[in-house]
Amino acid sequence: MAAHLKKRVYEEFTKVVQQQHEDLSAKKLRLTKPSKSAALHVDLCKATSPADALQYLLQFARKPVEVESVEGVVRILLEHYYKENDASVRLKIASLLGLLSKTAGFSPDCIMDDAINALQNEKSHQVLAQLLDTLLVIGTKLTENPSVRMRLVEVACKHLTDSSHGVRNKCLQLIGCLGPVEKGVAKEAESQSAKDVQKIIGDHFNDQDPRVRTAAIKAMLQLHERGLKLQQTIYCQACKLLADDYEQVRSAAVQLIWVLSQLYPESIVPIPSSNEEIRLVDDAFGKICHMVSDGSWVVRVQAAKLLGSMQQVSSHFLEQTLDKKLMSDLRRKRTAHERAKELYSSGEFSSGRKWGDDAPKEEIDTGAVNLIESGACGAFVHGLEDEMYEVRIAAVEALCMLAQSSPSFAEKCLDFLVDMFNDEIEEVRLQSIHTMRKISNNITLREDQLDTVLAVLEDSSRDIREALHELLCCTNVSTKEGIHLALVELLKNLTKYPTDRESIWKCLKFLGSRHPTLVLPLVPELLSTHPFFDTPEPDMDDPAYIAVLVLIFNAAKSCPTMPALFSDHTFRHYAYLRDSLSHLVPPLRLPGRKLVSSPVSTSITPNEDPSQQFLHQSLERVYNLQHLDPQGVQELLEFTIRDLQRLGELQSELAGMADFTATYLQCQLLLIKALQEKLWNVAAPLYLKQNALASAAAKQILEETYKMEFMYSGVEGRQVVIIHHMRLQAKALQLIVTARTTRGAEPLFGMCEKFLQEVDSFQRCFISELPHMQGSFVDKLLDLMPRLVTSKPSEVVKILQTTLRQSTFLHLPLPEQLHRATATIIEPTGESDNPLRFTSGLVVALDVDATLEHVQDPQGTVKVQVLYPDGQAQLIHPKPADFRNPGPGRHRLITQVYLSHTAWTEPCQIEVRLLLAYNSNRSKASAKIPKCTWSDSMEALPQSENGIEGTIPFSKPVKVYIMPKPARR
Amino acid sequence: MPEIKVTPLGAGQDVGRSCILVSIAGKNVMLDCGMHMGYNDDRRFPDFSYITQNGRLTDFLDCVIISHFHLDHCGALPYFSEMVGYDGPIYMTHPTKAICPILLEDYRKITVDKKGETNFFTSQMIKDCMKKVVAVHLHQTVQVDEELEIKAYYAGHVLGAAMFQIKVGCESVVYTVSIHNNMYRNLHLLLRVAAWIDKCRPDLLISESTYATTIRDSKRCRERDFLKKVHETVERGGKVLIPVFALGRAQELCILLETFWERMNLKAPIYFSTGLTEKANHYYKLFITWTNQKIRKTFVQRNMFEFKHIKAFDRAFADNPGPMVVFATPGMLHAGQSLQIFRKWAGNEKNMVIMPGYCVQGTVGHKILSGQRKLEMEGRQIVSFLLSKDDHFGKGGGGSKCFLIQEACAFFSLQLEVKMQVEYMSFSAHADAKGIMQLIRQAEPRNVLLVHGEAKKMEFLKQKIEQEFHVNCYMPANGETTTIFTNPSIPVDISLGLLKRETAIGLLPDVKKPKLMHGTLIMKDNSFRLVSPEQALKELGLAEHQLRFTCRVHIQDLRKEHETVLRVYNHLKAVLKDYSVQHLPDGSITVESILIQATAHSEDQGTKVLLVSWTYQDEELGSYLTSLLKKGLPQSTS
Repeated sequence: MAAHLKKRVYEEFTKVVQQQHEDLSAKKLRLTKPSKSAALHVDLCKATSPADALQYLLQFARKPVEVESVEGVVRILLEHYYKENDASVRLKIASLLGLLSKTAGFSPDCIMDDAINALQNEKSHQVLAQLLDTLLVIGTKLTENPSVRMRLVEVACKHLTDSSHGVRNKCLQLIGCLGPVEKGVAKEAESQSAKDVQKIIGDHFNDQDPRVRTAAIKAMLQLHERGLKLQQTIYCQACKLLADDYEQVRSAAVQLIWVLSQLYPESIVPIPSSNEEIRLVDDAFGKICHMVSDGSWVVRVQAAKLLGSMQQVSSHFLEQTLDKKLMSDLRRKRTAHERAKELYSSGEFSSGRKWGDDAPKEEIDTGAVNLIESGACGAFVHGLEDEMYEVRIAAVEALCMLAQSSPSFAEKCLDFLVDMFNDEIEEVRLQSIHTMRKISNNITLREDQLDTVLAVLEDSSRDIREALHELLCCTNVSTKEGIHLALVELLKNLTKYPTDRESIWKCLKFLGSRHPTLVLPLVPELLSTHPFFDTPEPDMDDPAYIAVLVLIFNAAKSCPTMPALFSDHTFRHYAYLRDSLSHLVPPLRLPGRKLVSSPVSTSITPNEDPSQQFLHQSLERVYNLQHLDPQGVQELLEFTIRDLQRLGELQSELAGMADFTATYLQCQLLLIKALQEKLWNVAAPLYLKQNALASAAAKQILEETYKMEFMYSGVEGRQVVIIHHMRLQAKALQLIVTARTTRGAEPLFGMCEKFLQEVDSFQRCFISELPHMQGSFVDKLLDLMPRLVTSKPSEVVKILQTTLRQSTFLHLPLPEQLHRATATIIEPTGESDNPLRFTSGLVVALDVDATLEHVQDPQGTVKVQVLYPDGQAQLIHPKPADFRNPGPGRHRLITQVYLSHTAWTEPCQIEVRLLLAYNSNRSKASAKIPKCTWSDSMEALPQSENGIEGTIPFSKPVKVYIMPKPARR
Repeated sequence: MPEIKVTPLGAGQDVGRSCILVSIAGKNVMLDCGMHMGYNDDRRFPDFSYITQNGRLTDFLDCVIISHFHLDHCGALPYFSEMVGYDGPIYMTHPTKAICPILLEDYRKITVDKKGETNFFTSQMIKDCMKKVVAVHLHQTVQVDEELEIKAYYAGHVLGAAMFQIKVGCESVVYTVSIHNNMYRNLHLLLRVAAWIDKCRPDLLISESTYATTIRDSKRCRERDFLKKVHETVERGGKVLIPVFALGRAQELCILLETFWERMNLKAPIYFSTGLTEKANHYYKLFITWTNQKIRKTFVQRNMFEFKHIKAFDRAFADNPGPMVVFATPGMLHAGQSLQIFRKWAGNEKNMVIMPGYCVQGTVGHKILSGQRKLEMEGRQIVSFLLSKDDHFGKGGGGSKCFLIQEACAFFSLQLEVKMQVEYMSFSAHADAKGIMQLIRQAEPRNVLLVHGEAKKMEFLKQKIEQEFHVNCYMPANGETTTIFTNPSIPVDISLGLLKRETAIGLLPDVKKPKLMHGTLIMKDNSFRLVSPEQALKELGLAEHQLRFTCRVHIQDLRKEHETVLRVYNHLKAVLKDYSVQHLPDGSITVESILIQATAHSEDQGTKVLLVSWTYQDEELGSYLTSLLKKGLPQSTS
């Protein structure tokens, strides 16, 4: 082997000499690439001092090495390694070896022996550590080979006695990463060495160097991650490490304890200094809780985080974590929480006005007070009051996880969580609001707690307020005063921040439907009705009044007695709101009125759903027609499209599906209409004007196909084929129209070429789908392909024309779920008559707030477009941070758009709208489709980014009144 | 036995007048130099004559350390350094050095200008005293002299408060005042940063114990209550008066309100009365790194102390309509601006006064807190009050009435009906029992000494400390000396060669087990060195002597000498498996370096004499061999 290798080295070497020769003689003739290893060798030989050599190596490390030459390079490096006296150069070589063995496609087993050899003769600790690191890299690349791993582990064990911490560190790491994990194999394979990896690592738990101790624990964790079941005996050792002087040791030890507690939750461990025994998970929980008051905040964060995932812990221990005993001058004092609770249960309103309200009560037995809590006592109390917000967030998260699994704990931790709503750091507040939302089905808020919660509604941060609205949507309130309080605070919020309108209405909708019985007694007061007098009719456009109505109507849905309390105008308002805000106002069974739409019971499966059936039937009908007269086809299509569009409006859950199919049919209709044009029968030059319809149709079909492909989420491969097919047809149509209208064959030639390329790529991309497309345009086209390629453009056009006419209508299969991407711009509202004034040439920031639904990857695709009256268009890419994700499928864009323009004489409106950028290369089904250069409509749009092929407007434009004033001089 | 002596001159089983003398390894350090609030005579300052009757204090003290700027910790400093006479170094942190003179000057003004005392320190003395101060950074190790070093740790409490570690050799003392820990249940609003200390395992930890018997509730509840009250009043259109003392609390409440205003988007104006506060705010601005995480994080955008919503107060603002919040001095409503504003606003039930601290008996603050709704105002101010009556009573004075009291000196008295709401808010910045315990857990001291607290409360904490940490705990009274015996470890230098050689012999060094090594201890010039014997000889210029033990063992053996030798050789070889046993050609046996020779007894040929010789280094093996040979050889099988 060695001889062979040597030979190889020399081969390389000889090659070098020749090349050098060439280089020197004729520099222009550099045809062969110089070998890497050779160049390196020459460099290293030239190096006179270690510093020089180091320089060469550093330069070398910057360039990538091809897989084929890796081994050669390694040989050269090793050769120099043996010769080199300077430790730093050897260190660099060792690290290079590691880097090289990482090269993809290179199998490092051939250099393992050499690395181990080098290890044996090495004196420098640093180089040793580096070599072990290299071995680790080699080992991780050859994990499948047990004998290699065995060997490496043995090497590592041998060096564990080294006096340098770095070497021991690496050895432990190596054992952790490569130590045998499989039980059965390990036993027989290790019988000769008779070594237990866990024991070896465990012995280093009390190494003198903290770094080695940390590495040992990490190695143990690594073994666990790789699937080895750790022994329970380690638990004692790990517990001792919790009292280590060094934070990184403690931090790792906490992790280890946690792992063990998950492995052996039910084992019994004795409590030191007493005869009792407890479950291991409880013991571990207590110990980790203790670490929540550690001196180092890193450990505290670690401990607080892990507490959340210890769900097997018994409830007794869990509840201790919220335990706090206060005292003042040796007398027991009640906590603010207890006081609030007491006030609440006694029915007295919290005054907080008495001095000495919190005066301590009974005397405490001095012996019974435990100042340093043992175990779980008060762990969360500490965690939530930590000085570092990182710890507080971790504690809140843990609280959330534990409360989700234990309703009783959820009830108990409520007071603490509510307290966190007033944290000084916004992230913590937000996190605790989210936590509360997650556990909200387990809890009912007391009035005093609700009071604290609602106080946060005035927060100036929109995120906080919206999170709170979300929370209120799913909160249980216990009393009617609570509901009233919530309503009052929400209305206060509404007046202070009018932009929260939508969110508040939605919140009240849920609040109403969750608590119909609590709302009922409030109705007369809320509607300010009077038994004898008629009260003035409130203003219907007042958002606050709408908010109240939303609450009441939603409560009335499940409370049939409520409508009796309504006055006449309330019914009128109901009718109006039901129509204008149908998503907020439910259908009500009102006296003397027929229920407009029967409530759709949810039990109906999609297939039985009448509307679903209707959709399918109408589609069936369309697909079945093949041989009707053209007039009939057109009419049927028109009717079906109309039906589908109406269906989409009525049934929101089917809207996506209906729109999608309607668009498809629309395309088909346009195609049929275009082909029926008279112009085809007349000599081309005479009817230049007439073809406007055909080319417009082609354009529109193209646009629609892009919309179909990119605006709907849930589109699958089968649909994509059909969409692309439709697009191909549109392009064919375009080609034909152009052929008719332009003279001379020159421009046509290129277009034909391109079209045929597209057909070709279509075939390549969707080869698997072709069998389903019998009799379609593309099917026929592909049959004629050999003829098309050879024929002249005019011939091609003719063929296309006939194929297009003869081709059948493709059946569009519907996917399970289809949603259309929509966007609504909430702000600017476009209602303002006051122009936004700014000095021309300077910039004004316009706040844009929009909700996006069913948009995939909004950060990459959603753009804002600003259209100035002079036709100038500006495309703005919002920052990724401007998008928030309040719920699945929903996004919110809150961004600022900078406007600027030269001076105008009078204010004018600009249009702001959202665009969905797409790129067919990026789309899922098409691997590679050349850019559509034909479509004129696409060219008009700005193509500012390489990744964007085109954009689709998907929101209603909003007009903003602006006025750039000339600068004053 | 080395010892540490601690004598409190003040603050021993007492609160106020902190002054603790510590002598550690021949160095004398004074910790804090405070005054007592309760006395106006000589007792207000510590009795420095305890240190020396006559002569400069400089000769008896190596340094003075001031923990923070509260007057009960630094109030006696100018008296001590200028009037009694001390020229040595005084150590304190930068913020303390900045704020301390302001407070001292204020204290001087009150005592001299208001109370008219003489024989008090002057402004110049304060300045001179401050020149002797050496400012230290946190975690900076300051070498006071060659042996004594001190190091400051963060303590929270107030701006610039620090714990100090005093170290001589390996004996150390940690002095903490008013620390607080990472549980900020009990802490300052502003300096919500945990006191933190290394696991330095000092010989002695001197700790405050003001709240030794208290475990406090979370700060957050109290904060929320406070803010809610202010918010509700302002929303109602009422005015809020918050009487404060100029430093510390005022800044914290300002920050709290400022943040709340920002968060809740409120518009009502907030004012603070001018004077000390402004100057202090300036320092708070500078020492932003000492403040809590929130303020430090916000600093990237703006300095929190450059208030957005809080403006300076002008006397005329008090009559402005609409809601407002005013911070005014002094804190107990006994005089000055806060009392003036209180009088103006007291009649309206929409208004509110919030007392954020403790009020001394007899002050207006104490009266209204104890629920008194009708106040008798008296004193010299009454004249000016009556003058202002006309422009005031017409407006909103409500039910204020005034009448005369028939007395000789014709003092006016006015009954003021308090209709405004009165609230009490306690924000105290001392560590509670848990905080102290946690610090002890962190530092792991060998002894604990409690100061700055009431004896009864200390007793409880002492008992707890002894019970839970199993360390000795002391609580000396003023003037009482506590002696703590230490067991310092003495560092010895060892030459690397010797260390390596010795560790190479045995197994790997184990932290937990002591290890035996051979070497020579040289004590020279106050230092200890462990060197190899050869080097010791070389240094001392002595020749090396070899000490050999020789022992004769008689063995009954009738065989020839060389046969006997062979038998001995075989026997030893069989017994001592781990040692190299060699049979040399000259008829002797070596076991390691021990030589065994056999000769026939001159008288009795049947008795062979075995000569065993070893050097003293091999004493162990040599004596073992002799005893082994004395037992005789096993019966030969041959």
